[in-house]
Amino acid sequence: MARKLKLRIWRGDATDGGLKNVEVEANDGEVVLDLIHRVQATQMGDLAVRWNCKAGKCGSCSMEINGKPRLACMTQVSSFPEGEEITVTPLRAFPVIKDLVTDVSFNYRKAMEIPSYEHPKNLAPGEARMEQIDVERSQEFRKCIECFLCQDVCHVVRDHEENKKSFAGPRFFIRIAELDMHPLDMLKNRKQKAQEEHGLGMCNITKCCTEVCPEHIRITDNAIIPMKERVVDVKYDPVRWLGSKIRKREGIV
Amino acid sequence: MATGVFSESRAKIKERTLRTDRWWLQPLITFSVLMSFIVYATFRAFENKYYFAEPLVSPLYSPCLSTACVDGTSPLGQPFNSQYFGIGISPALFILIFPLGFRLTCYYYRKSYYRAFWMSPPACAVAEPHAKYTGETRAPLILQNSHRWFFYAGLVFNVILTYDATIAFRNEEKEWGHMSVGTLVLVFSTVMLWLYSLSCHTCRHTIGGRLKHFSKHPIRYKTWTWISALNHKHPTFAWISLFGVAFADIYVRQVASGAWTNFYFF
Repeated sequence: MARKLKLRIWRGDATDGGLKNVEVEANDGEVVLDLIHRVQATQMGDLAVRWNCKAGKCGSCSMEINGKPRLACMTQVSSFPEGEEITVTPLRAFPVIKDLVTDVSFNYRKAMEIPSYEHPKNLAPGEARMEQIDVERSQEFRKCIECFLCQDVCHVVRDHEENKKSFAGPRFFIRIAELDMHPLDMLKNRKQKAQEEHGLGMCNITKCCTEVCPEHIRITDNAIIPMKERVVDVKYDPVRWLGSKIRKREGIV
Repeated sequence: MATGVFSESRAKIKERTLRTDRWWLQPLITFSVLMSFIVYATFRAFENKYYFAEPLVSPLYSPCLSTACVDGTSPLGQPFNSQYFGIGISPALFILIFPLGFRLTCYYYRKSYYRAFWMSPPACAVAEPHAKYTGETRAPLILQNSHRWFFYAGLVFNVILTYDATIAFRNEEKEWGHMSVGTLVLVFSTVMLWLYSLSCHTCRHTIGGRLKHFSKHPIRYKTWTWISALNHKHPTFAWISLFGVAFADIYVRQVASGAWTNFYFF
């Protein structure tokens, strides 16, 4: 059954902008992205919005809906109470380009800073063998669709622009964890780099990244906290440090 | 200069948040409950009485290590004096740093009090009021990395409290084979403390999380999967164990002061 809905859509660019009121028809089963497309088709032909798959898998339509970072294609209109106004804004942690589109290149720069997988030198391509239980932890992190909602909600950069230089953000902490837990990755100082170069220590584990993840990756419990514990192993635990020296091994096998 | 969501390059929105739900409720509840516990525990730590009613020992005073302690309140003897530099010291003050440190550095409580007390941030997508933020990279917050040491100390305390819960199966004449309401209160508190400790992220890491190859350590892997299942409930155990300790102390205090009678089932 169709009903009329009040939308407030942020329109503007880096110089200025504001929330514009529109009224739009909503049908059963529709998502917020449907409404935005209807507004674009009928009332605001030049409304800028980034989208692609409309199935919650491409991570393009990230925006803030009633102040919460969400995918517009996965936000059911019926999840809002009858009569509630829906406010749609661009992601507030990144520079705005136009309307609902932001410049997320910060994330691509951070991605390039993460040291990649280092294959064992004694294993030729095709010779590597891994058991399922050794890779399943990392596989959870491979579900990431790079919507950057976790990066957007993380207060370390959302509320402190100056921290963008030294903080990689939750999306890249799961990348680091994925590689550090990889059974064949040979890079020795990934944990130290996570702490010293990628800002793991700046995370105060308030779990907002986990709350907004559309793939339900347990970012904090399964990636960030385990990485913090691994950092403690190599930087803040003298007993483990001594043990690794005596037993001539890295400490993690 | 404006920073954060009010930075020059970001969408010009004057509100700190556009959330329409009651995002302030959870931090408010957390603040109220934790503050109430802090006030009560501080009062009890300094009260220095009503912590023992044969065979019940308050978890806030156990092990009671001062020479001023009542006989039977410590399986470890009484190595500390009751006074230092002429100042009387409550026995609780010798030990509370360990369970307090364990909770203070706990990953779950960190989330809770960073949100509720320090508003960093007060809730997700709600701008925090601080101009600068360095997280846990420098003193004093870098000391959060000491969590595993407090975890190990916490395990020792759990063993002692298990001993206390066991001797609560005696009666006032120290005869075994009895059970009272106080026994149930201490057993519940101790079981919850064990669940809180075992579900801890550091425990999960120590048991198996630090391994790179689970396949080479099948027993540790299996244990890690159990601990991981418990870890999902860590926040629940954190709260229940906190209430359990507080209630156990209240119960012992009321019995020791004569306000309540410890009812024996058998």
